[in-house]
Amino acid sequence: MEICRRKNTIEITELDPFLAELLRQIPASANPEGIPAAEQRLFSAPTNGKEKEICTEWKLYVEPELRRLFQTATETVAADLEQLNGNEKSFANRTLCIPAKHADAWLSALNQARLVIAAKNNFTDGELGDHFRSPIGSRRDLSLFQVNFYGFLQEFILRELDSPEKPPKD
Amino acid sequence: MSAQPLCAEAATAERTTTTRIPGWKNAGQLTIDQPTVEKETRAEEDLDLPWQVVVHNDPVNLMSYVTMVFQRVFGYPRERAERHMLEVHHKGRSVLWSGMLERAELYVQELHGYLLLATLEKIT
Repeated sequence: MEICRRKNTIEITELDPFLAELLRQIPASANPEGIPAAEQRLFSAPTNGKEKEICTEWKLYVEPELRRLFQTATETVAADLEQLNGNEKSFANRTLCIPAKHADAWLSALNQARLVIAAKNNFTDGELGDHFRSPIGSRRDLSLFQVNFYGFLQEFILRELDSPEKPPKD
Repeated sequence: MSAQPLCAEAATAERTTTTRIPGWKNAGQLTIDQPTVEKETRAEEDLDLPWQVVVHNDPVNLMSYVTMVFQRVFGYPRERAERHMLEVHHKGRSVLWSGMLERAELYVQELHGYLLLATLEKIT
């Protein structure tokens, strides 16, 4: 897999079917529905619990806005990922072009997915800090790989945002 | 590591943050660590006492991402944003801003929008 910035797009080339499948799973992985720990993490309380009134109003007014914000980001990413649903043979390497103006949506969706996967698997700090674990021998290992792979993409996008040639805003 | 003196410096900066309380005659500038006023007028205190925006550590968010969020949300220069990020990383929490409730709520909402663990705390 190669990843580089070309003008106003972030291009991921030589994407093998396994990594392409992990990318396809971003929107589904970012969905916290049915996972209480993930819901709790994505929509955390605004206070340490002492200010009940603030928490009640937050649930009523702020949380729906946050849900919309997160959903918009995952929808943008899902639309970009449709490039991977072509008629090419399933074992062929793919290319994915991410418009630079979608960088924020990708950062958000990747973050949502990482947080949901981590909450779902209840990963320890030690596991999350172990970036060299291999090989993948279980579903849990695969989930950890997924968290690290999404983190790698986030790092690349952040580096691109930080580069002198800033992407245009939406 | 150099995290300790940096954090101490940040903590000092937060302690000496000043705020002007509206509607209080001759109140002038009040430093956050002066407890005298809050004992005198309880009801006023509930309305006016400054709040702080605290960001808590979580093992998933990337350090570079957290730094970028602090720069975007608070407009902090990179160095200051990194100092707070390291304080969160090493000490588990960092006070990013203090002031009145409405603004603090907006900051926390924005931080939650970036999926950071942030809370409002009343300064006591």
